[in-house]
Amino acid sequence: MSAVLTIAGYGFREAVRRKVFAVVIVLTAAFLALFWLANHYVFTRLSTITPPADVHVDTRTFAGAFLLGLAMFSTLFLGVVLAVFLTLGVVSGDAERGLLQPLVVRPVGRATLLLSRFLGAAVVCIVYVLAVYGIALAIIDQTGHWTPPSTLAPGLELAGGVVIVIALSILGSIVLSSTANGIAVFMLFGAGLTAGLLGTIGHALNSTTIQHASRDAAWALPFEALYQDGLRLISSNTSGLTGFLLQLGPFGGAYVHGWGIRLWSVAYLLVALALGVLFFSRRDL
Amino acid sequence: MRTLATVPHALAVHALEKRYGPVQALKGVDLTVEEGELVGLLGPNGAGKSTLVKIAVGLVRATRGQAEVAGARAGSRAALAQLGYLAELFRFPGWYTADEVLSLHQRLTHSDGGAAERGRLLALVALADARGRRVDGMSKGMQQRLGIAQALVGTPRVLVLDEPTSALDPAGRRIVRVLLEELRGQGVSVLLNSHLLSEIELVCDRVAILRAGEVVAAGSPAELSRPRGVELETDEGTRTVEGATREDAARLVAEAVAAGRRVYGVRVLTSTLEDTYLEAVGDEVS
Ligand SMILES: Nc1ncnc2c1ncn2[C@@H]1O[C@H](COP(=O)(O)OP(=O)(O)OP(=O)(O)O)[C@@H](O)[C@H]1O
Ligand SMILES: [Mg+2]
Repeated sequence: MSAVLTIAGYGFREAVRRKVFAVVIVLTAAFLALFWLANHYVFTRLSTITPPADVHVDTRTFAGAFLLGLAMFSTLFLGVVLAVFLTLGVVSGDAERGLLQPLVVRPVGRATLLLSRFLGAAVVCIVYVLAVYGIALAIIDQTGHWTPPSTLAPGLELAGGVVIVIALSILGSIVLSSTANGIAVFMLFGAGLTAGLLGTIGHALNSTTIQHASRDAAWALPFEALYQDGLRLISSNTSGLTGFLLQLGPFGGAYVHGWGIRLWSVAYLLVALALGVLFFSRRDL
Repeated sequence: MRTLATVPHALAVHALEKRYGPVQALKGVDLTVEEGELVGLLGPNGAGKSTLVKIAVGLVRATRGQAEVAGARAGSRAALAQLGYLAELFRFPGWYTADEVLSLHQRLTHSDGGAAERGRLLALVALADARGRRVDGMSKGMQQRLGIAQALVGTPRVLVLDEPTSALDPAGRRIVRVLLEELRGQGVSVLLNSHLLSEIELVCDRVAILRAGEVVAAGSPAELSRPRGVELETDEGTRTVEGATREDAARLVAEAVAAGRRVYGVRVLTSTLEDTYLEAVGDEVS
């Protein structure tokens, strides 16, 4: 246990010194300030928006869910940036620089070493994601007096998505150099987002081919599916035209959802970590 | 059965092979280090010295063969608990102070030596004044000495040092030499890689010379630098009289002439470790 704390602390200190946190905090502050401004303008003008008389759209819910969806997307993005920069060089990068060897020859065990680095990054990213998500919720509540039907679960799903990205990034760091690994993880992340958007388009066009491709991508990259499920939850009580319009938008929510994908995500995470431990145990340093 | 046989070697590798893709870095190496023994590993660049010690400390997996430290499989926690290692290329995080580097390694080795141990180790490598200095403010030689102090955290029984003096000035080298002799006095076993023959000759009990992944010569420095004979070049070809010394040279020439041979040259085979080394490895640089 003390070894876990020592290694996790080592990683944490590295992140502080490399100014990873400083950069992310500045970016986050800028995002939250802009987000507050957007909410402020949207909700003060809400009363001036009048849909045609025969169209029944709940403009406050529509605006709230749309803005929260945007916030969730940004939180996921910033969380993934943090996750990747905390972990992209955990094995190859640190080994190339000669930082890893003195640690590996200590009687700690490679599995403990790797999992400690994972845990350290996971704790940091979970706290970060929940904090940003919580602040975004508070901003929407304060400016627009709207809260989603489900508040905690979407945040946890976002955090879960980021934790999966951490596991993938650590797994990648065993076989790829830092730069290649960073590129690979961001490409996967981008592919996941694209697949999610494609799914929305597929449903709007009623194209089964696109829907299937999107569904397969959601299972292959479950961080994306968790994020989509979170989007689904924040608009789960919308119905009629409001719900229909939200579904059409970029933050439309999941078509693969519920406990199936949540359990699959846990299994996926465990497999990624187990593969990481296996590859690391066989890697020459 | 003799009891000696049941005492495990401090470090032992047997029939060790390592292949990196097409490169066969080790081709079946046997080597042991006994308790309290200081063994030097010599060889040209690329001979496989670092590969051998990396396998012994569990950083690299052998393709074939065994490696053990204090009777435990190399790389296992039991083996690592007995081990101190200084890598050929290493770095400590630049933002750690000397004291913090040692403190980190104390925690990882479960050493309870505290500040007293850290102070003692820094003094051993002449870094007592640099205790609070950050690594990125240290010269290369200071970092290497800190690396040696780091390897000694937790009083390991077996020390593996890969070119520990490559960045050191003559005074620094002397500090390390004295330190190694002191450690041997305490029963610590050491496997030392170096290109500095004079250093190896001064401190090592035994030397193994590696060439292209094979041990080509092994023995004590005295054995390896014993007079090696006289070489006589006659019309019959070149012949080496093993064990002959300079004193025998004139007699050997006279005998050959008396036997009707034409003598073209005579050479007393020189006797330093350097000669043995160069003879064993050729002029190979890879
Ligand atoms: N990670 C690696 N991948 C591929 N080949 C390697 C790797 N490490 C070492 N080698 C090769 O294995 C051989 C032995 O290398 P090693 O580092 O053990 O030599 P060395 O005796 O320590 O040399 P030096 O005196 O230069 O430190 C060399 O041919 C080297 O190119
Ligand atoms: Mg080497």
